[in-house]
Amino acid sequence: MNPRRIGAMLALSALLAPAHAQTEIQWWHSMTGANNTGVNELATRFNASQKEYKIVPVFKGSYPESMTAAIAAFRAGNPPHILQVFEVGTATMMSAKGAIVPVAKVMADAKEPFDPKAYLPTVTGYYSDSKGNMLSYPFNSSTVVFYVNKDAFKKAGLDGEKAPRTWKEFVAAAEKLKASGQECVYSTGWPAWMHIENFSAWHNVPIGTKQNGMAGTDTEFTINSPLHLRHVAMLGDMAKKGLFTYSGRRNEAEARFASGECAMMTSSTGAQGTIGRTAKFAWSVNFIPYHDDVKGAPQNSVIGGASLWVMAKKPAADYKGVAKFFAFLSQPDIQMFWHTSTGYVPITQAAYEMTKKSGFYDKNPGHELAVKQLTNKPPTENSKGLRFGNYVQGREVIEEEMEAVFAGTKDAKSAMNDAVRRGNDILRKFEAANK
Amino acid sequence: MVENRPWLTVMSHAVLITGILVISFPLYVTFVASTHTLDDILKVPMPLLPGHRLWENYWQALTAGTSKDVTAPVGRMMFNSLVMALVITFGKIAISIIASFAIVYFRFPLRNFFFWMIFVTLMLPVEVRIIPTFKVVSDLGMINSYVGLTLPLIASATATFLFRQFFLTVPEELAEAARIDGAGPMRFFWDVVLPLSKTSIAALFVIQFIYGWNQYLWPLLITTDESMYTAVIGIKRMIVTGDALTEWNLVMATAVLALLPPALVVLLMQRWFVKGLVETEK
Amino acid sequence: MEKRVVFRSAWLPYALVAPQIAVTIVFFFWPAVQAGWYSFQLQDAFGERTQFVGLANFAALFRDSNYLHSFQITAFFSMMVAGSGIAISLLLAAMADRVIRGALAYRTLLIWPYAVASAVAGVLWLFLFAPSIGIITFALRSIGINWDWVLQGNQAMLLVVIAATWKQISYNFLFFVAGLQSIPKSLIEAAAIDGAGPGRRFWTIVLPLLSPTAFFLLVVNIVYAFFDTFGVIDATTQGGPAGATQILVYKVYYDGVKAADLGGSSAQSVILMVIVIALTVVQFRYIERKVQY
Repeated sequence: MNPRRIGAMLALSALLAPAHAQTEIQWWHSMTGANNTGVNELATRFNASQKEYKIVPVFKGSYPESMTAAIAAFRAGNPPHILQVFEVGTATMMSAKGAIVPVAKVMADAKEPFDPKAYLPTVTGYYSDSKGNMLSYPFNSSTVVFYVNKDAFKKAGLDGEKAPRTWKEFVAAAEKLKASGQECVYSTGWPAWMHIENFSAWHNVPIGTKQNGMAGTDTEFTINSPLHLRHVAMLGDMAKKGLFTYSGRRNEAEARFASGECAMMTSSTGAQGTIGRTAKFAWSVNFIPYHDDVKGAPQNSVIGGASLWVMAKKPAADYKGVAKFFAFLSQPDIQMFWHTSTGYVPITQAAYEMTKKSGFYDKNPGHELAVKQLTNKPPTENSKGLRFGNYVQGREVIEEEMEAVFAGTKDAKSAMNDAVRRGNDILRKFEAANK
Repeated sequence: MVENRPWLTVMSHAVLITGILVISFPLYVTFVASTHTLDDILKVPMPLLPGHRLWENYWQALTAGTSKDVTAPVGRMMFNSLVMALVITFGKIAISIIASFAIVYFRFPLRNFFFWMIFVTLMLPVEVRIIPTFKVVSDLGMINSYVGLTLPLIASATATFLFRQFFLTVPEELAEAARIDGAGPMRFFWDVVLPLSKTSIAALFVIQFIYGWNQYLWPLLITTDESMYTAVIGIKRMIVTGDALTEWNLVMATAVLALLPPALVVLLMQRWFVKGLVETEK
Repeated sequence: MEKRVVFRSAWLPYALVAPQIAVTIVFFFWPAVQAGWYSFQLQDAFGERTQFVGLANFAALFRDSNYLHSFQITAFFSMMVAGSGIAISLLLAAMADRVIRGALAYRTLLIWPYAVASAVAGVLWLFLFAPSIGIITFALRSIGINWDWVLQGNQAMLLVVIAATWKQISYNFLFFVAGLQSIPKSLIEAAAIDGAGPGRRFWTIVLPLLSPTAFFLLVVNIVYAFFDTFGVIDATTQGGPAGATQILVYKVYYDGVKAADLGGSSAQSVILMVIVIALTVVQFRYIERKVQY
């Protein structure tokens, strides 16, 4: 072809090419406070790094609220592209085969590089199917850690640097704290997550059959085993003696620890940001306690937090943008930014190494501790995570029964048996609806 | 009072004053809390006299909301509440008065059928049809819109019944006179019925304004966008269970702002309010 | 009940009732029918798979001790709210009836809580009773009562009863005042002449004549406690702790919206519909009798 014709053709094609509009990718999330700022920063950085796609993060309320809104939007034919769903919603999202697109597929279709092995095994295990395909993108994963008010310890005559490692030591410390005049000795956020789910994983015992539900929807709860009963009864006993103050089902306890009201607390590693800003005392982050007479303890803890799911029924071309965004999020420096500005754990090995090298952990050992606890030992069937259908309801049922024990109105045995019975009913309903 | 028993009168006053104090106590504490900083409130016990942060707190609530990005500014939410309350009030009055007029002053097939249809809605409060109504609204694309907030709540039986009752007391002669003059039904409506209904309309205005402003479950269901929240549901969302402490001083300021308009309507239009309440339930 | 003078028109009355009927059909009847329809189905959260299961959802509800417990809670809650609301407002109304000076001022100061949304009322009382920072909590602790409604179901119930009743006192008060004012003075005077003291007069004359009003208020308060208190529960306890304040209407919302259990929630809606129809029928049949009283 002569150059003049090539030139003409190029000019013609430039004229005929559609004006290149930015494709908007809607991202519904539930992050508040510092995490909200982080989310917006991530979006800004991604949008600045390329011009084809624009991520639009939208705060849609708490996890249950945004999930409900997304379900309604899906039914009305207008879901977001990306939805942040908390870990207990995993089973529901997984079975909604027509409503979601597995992340592995999104990445493969868009030919974006994606290697599951680069991620921490505890993290990928939770969000992958039985064949190892990653279904959702692990975005903000946390785990439960043990916070100690070092000044309160000193006042009680305890060594603030030596946090209790076993539950026996814990109770002893609690009694001393109570004797020193501490009104609230211990409280916990997310009671079921800490004292049932992570408790089971940490001691390498199952929460339910079929690998905690990962291998099938015909799973049943096993949280009324002798070990579980013993632990819940211990908590009930502590409550009666004033060594354990119940704060609620979510993270109400975090404010009580940060204000100095409670001397010990177990809750999400994500609380470190707030505590760091508001606490006026010396504090430390530690491994959660364990019963040292249980073989195999301590094993590893399981993650909480949320992951990003890709919803179906969007225009095919949009998914390329989603894939690009996930690839962007996996970059070690981006991971490091997210991890260090919130309390969530880095999800790739590379990010973890990078943060270590930067010396961040020397100044903030608490952030590293969460990772160490998650990777304490290679995960077993009991500690890879869990996948129970309708677990939003399931967890509430378990917490209801636990509340009865803490209030002294039920003994641990009947409470946990009832929890198993009612929880199994919910599981059966899910199984039937998702055949 | 038949005979004069001074000690009984004194006791009556005492009981009433005690009652008022007990009932007003929450409002007083709320107001005091809205004038302090958060730190002051967290100190137990909280101070019982007003503080010095009234303007700052209210200004922050109105223009910025809490600092946790959980709600839009309260000013915006109050606007939404106002739109909702006014549209529902005027809408309800308008469609009920004409429906009632039709049922009372016309004879037509299906008249009783329509009347009973409207009556049955009394037995179907939003709470017993939550999910399906949500789905209908969602299918019609009305989520997060003013239309969705107001339209489904506009049909109700109480207004229709009030007007019907009132119309039945309108003297027959007036209608006869209109007929003789050759005036059509709508002329009769505009020139005679409507002016006569003024007090009923005023009474309904108060009741429905409060009803519309104080709606909770419905806006909760159909707004997922912060900028469409109403003041009443905004308050609940400010009680954060996220990372940090609830900013009680701002929450209380918002509470005061949220209850001010309906309270003002009740107090200023007391006479019609009382009439409206007592009449609608008959 | 019928007008002598009516208009005739082929189309005008239909046009006039059309807006109300249209909205009623689209937003009342159609969803109510759908609620009935969903109650016979089992669906997954996203509505991808639906199976017809007949009465299975209803059977599951009646087997669920949690649901039956909800009935108990709702019954107890509404009795408490109705009972205390009526008693307190009757006292205030009786006192207000006696005083001449400042009557308007008293009435004004007592009716404003009606304007407060139930959710806002909930938040106000939540603040007063908050376990750590509440001012009433502080007062109770200083006299030795360990107030912690987050854990103690009874205390949570007390909190929501107080918040819900507080709002209704104004409403009841107004009706009682109107009722008291409609009692013929001649009856009272006759009794006084016969030597009956104010207490005696109250019990033997006033109270019986007020009973229609009281009964009417009882039904209204129960309906209020069943439905309009949703805001109070959602703003404060969300049904907790351990289901101690989970009234029926809250459970419908929770199961349908938070737990995405459409079938179960719809079945509960249908049951609630039956209850409200029964209550409304009672209310209207009684009103009819009352008007002819």
